[in-house]
Amino acid sequence: MGNLHFMLDDLFGRLGVDYIRPPASSTRTLQIGAQHSPEFACLPLKINIGNFIEAMEAGADTLIMAGGHGPCRFGYYGIVEERILRDLGYDFKFMMLEPFNDGAWAFYKTFEALSPGLSIRKLWKMLKVSFSKARAFDRLYKRALQLRAYEVNLGDTSRTLRQAEEILSRPRTPEEIEAAAAEAMTVIEAVEQDPGREVMRVGIVGEFYLLLEPFSNFGLEETLGHMDVYLERSVWVTDWIAPNRDNIIYGYPKKDIEKKAEPFLDQNVGGEGRETIGSIVMFAERGFDGIIQLLPFGCMPENIATSIIPRVQQEHDIPVLTLAFDEQTGRAGVITRVEAFLDLLAARRRSKAGALRA
Amino acid sequence: MRVGIPRSLLYYKYLPFWKTFLTRLGAEVETSPLTNKKILSRGVEVAENELCVPVKAFYGHCMALRDNGVDAIFVPRVVSVEERAYTCPKFLGLPDMIGAVAGPLGLPPLLTPRLNQREKPREFKWQLIDFARRQFGRSKLDAVAALESARLAQRSYQAGLVGGKKPLDLLPNSRFNVPRSRPPAEQRKRIGLLGHPYNIYDGYITQNLVARLEEMGAELVLPEMTEHHELMQAATDVPKQLYWSYEKEIMGAINLWTENKAVDGVVYVLAFACGPDSMIQVLIEHRARIHDVPLMSLIIDEHSGEAGLITRIEAFLDMLMRKKKTAAA
Ligand code: SF4
Ligand code: SF4
Repeated sequence: MGNLHFMLDDLFGRLGVDYIRPPASSTRTLQIGAQHSPEFACLPLKINIGNFIEAMEAGADTLIMAGGHGPCRFGYYGIVEERILRDLGYDFKFMMLEPFNDGAWAFYKTFEALSPGLSIRKLWKMLKVSFSKARAFDRLYKRALQLRAYEVNLGDTSRTLRQAEEILSRPRTPEEIEAAAAEAMTVIEAVEQDPGREVMRVGIVGEFYLLLEPFSNFGLEETLGHMDVYLERSVWVTDWIAPNRDNIIYGYPKKDIEKKAEPFLDQNVGGEGRETIGSIVMFAERGFDGIIQLLPFGCMPENIATSIIPRVQQEHDIPVLTLAFDEQTGRAGVITRVEAFLDLLAARRRSKAGALRA
Repeated sequence: MRVGIPRSLLYYKYLPFWKTFLTRLGAEVETSPLTNKKILSRGVEVAENELCVPVKAFYGHCMALRDNGVDAIFVPRVVSVEERAYTCPKFLGLPDMIGAVAGPLGLPPLLTPRLNQREKPREFKWQLIDFARRQFGRSKLDAVAALESARLAQRSYQAGLVGGKKPLDLLPNSRFNVPRSRPPAEQRKRIGLLGHPYNIYDGYITQNLVARLEEMGAELVLPEMTEHHELMQAATDVPKQLYWSYEKEIMGAINLWTENKAVDGVVYVLAFACGPDSMIQVLIEHRARIHDVPLMSLIIDEHSGEAGLITRIEAFLDMLMRKKKTAAA
C-alpha cells in the first residue's frame, strides 16, 4: 500500500526472500475483498483480503501480516484474515509480525523464519537502511504535496515524482541512498513553478490506511493538488514506525500532537483518533484554510474524532470536511463534495479579506 | 447531589457497583428511564451517524437525565478492566464524545473517572479513591468503605446471574423481559444468547427479544451463567489472545457451549457497525460451523423494529425444531 511497498521491496530484497508484491489494488481487489469480508469490517481489511487473494493467484504461498494489541481492530486483522482465507479453501503458510516492543525475540524470529541464518545484528542493520530509504520516500512525497499546487504545467509534479521514485528505489548502500535521496529531491524541486499563485492551504487528517493508500481515496491528494490546493498531511509511514523522533515528517512529534488534542480528547482511542484531533488544532493554529478528514466507513477512532470535531471547530473556527469510504463510495460523489468545500473555503477567504478592508 | 446514570452501555454490567459506590459517597443516584422512542430518536439525531446504536442511545439517555434535572451525569471512562486488555475504543472516548455536545445540549457537568487497569491489576481502587476525593471531598477511609459495599453489591449481582437470573431480573424497574406464556419444558430448545448485554437487554431496541425468545420456546443459556474466570479461560482457545475484555466473554461462551454441547442453537446479537464484533464474528461463525451448532447472527440498529427481528428468530427456532425431529426419527 502507498509507498510502503518500496520499503518492503527493499527489505525483502536484502533478506533474500522471494517476495511477490501483490498486484496494485484495483476495483477487482476491493470487490473480491468486500465479498468475502464481514459486512461492517473496516475498508482496509476488505482491501487486504483482496490483496492476499490476488497475491496467492500470482503464486504466493506464504502470507505475512502485521499485528498489534489494540485498542482498535488492526491488531486482530491477521487472525480474521487467515480464518476467512482458509474457509475459502486457500492453502498457505501464515505469519504474524508482532510489534518490536512486544518482544524483540519473537520479532527477530519472524524474520529469521523467512531468511534462515539471519543474525540479529544483520537484521537490525537491514531494517535501519530500509527505514532510511522509506524516510527519503516520505520526504519526497511530502514535498510533492506542497509543490503540486504551484506547478505551471498540469501533471508535471506527478510525472516527475515517478522519475524520482525510480531514482530512489535502486540504491542499496547507505551512501548510495543518501545520494539518491538528494538527487530525487533536486529533480522534484526542478518542476517549473508559479510561486506567486494564490493557493488554498488544506490539512489532510484521518485514518492511516486511507491517508497512505491513494487507491482507497481515489487519488484525492493528487486531484486536490491539481485544483491548486497546497497540502500537508498528519500521517506518514515512517512517523508511524518511529513516532517520537525529532525530525518527524509531519513536523511534530506524537507527544506534541497529543498535547494539542488533550482539551478535546484526553485518551488514546486507537488508530489515529487522537492525532486527528490534535492535528486539526495544529493546522488551525497555523492558519490553514480548512481540513479534510478521511476515514473508512465505521472506523471507530475516527468516528470518535468526528463526534468531537464540532467542538474543535467551534473553538478554533476552521471548516472540516469529513469523508468516509467503503466499497460503495463513488469517485464522483467525493469530488462533488470536495469542490463544494473548496468553494466554501474561497468564500471564507473573500469575506475575511472584506472584513479586513472594512 | 443528584447523580444520573444513563441506562445504556455498561449500565447493564456494572449498575450495582456504581450505584452503591456513588450512594455511599453521599450522592442521590437516579437512572434514566427505559429506552423509548423519544430517547432513541434524540440520540440518533445528535450522535454521529456511523456510531453503533447503543452509543447513540447513550446520548439520548444523557438528554433524558438532563430533562430530569440531575446535577451531574456519570460517564466513566472505562479504558481497561484487566491487565493487557481494553474495552472498546468507544468506551475509551465516551466522556469526550458526550463532552463535545454537553455545551450545546446544556447537559449538567459530567463525572468521568478514568478506570484503567491495563498496566496493573487493582489500579481501580486508587483511581476510585482519587475520584471520591476530588468529586465528593471524601477521605480515603470513606472511599474504601464505599468501595467495599460496592464490591459486595456487584458480587451478589454476579452470583445471581450465575444462579440463572437474567440481568433484567436483577436490575431495577425493568418491564421488558417477561414472557406472556411459555411452551412446556419438554418442548423447549436450549438457545445460547450471545452478545453485549447492552444490546441484548435493551428491550426497546431489540423488540423485547429476550421475552419473545422464551415465548417461542427457548430455554435461554447466557454467558453470565458461567463463572467469569471459566469464560476467560475458555476464551484463550483462539489463535491469538483477544485484547477486548468483553469480546473475550463472548468468545469464551461460544467456545464452552460448542465444546460441552450446552446449546441446540445460538442467537448472536450484534450492533451494526460494531468494530470488535465485526472481527470475532468470523471466528464465532466458524466455531459454530465446525461443531455443527446452528447459529443466527442478528444485526441490530435504530431501525431493527421495522426489519422484522421477530420473524427471523421464529424461522430460526422452527428450523431447530425440525432438526430435532429429524434427528429423533
Ligand atoms: S483504526 Fe479504523 S480502519 Fe484501522 S482498524 Fe481501527 S476501525 Fe479499522
Ligand atoms: S463493542 Fe461494539 S456495540 Fe459495544 S460500544 Fe463498541 S462498537 Fe458499540
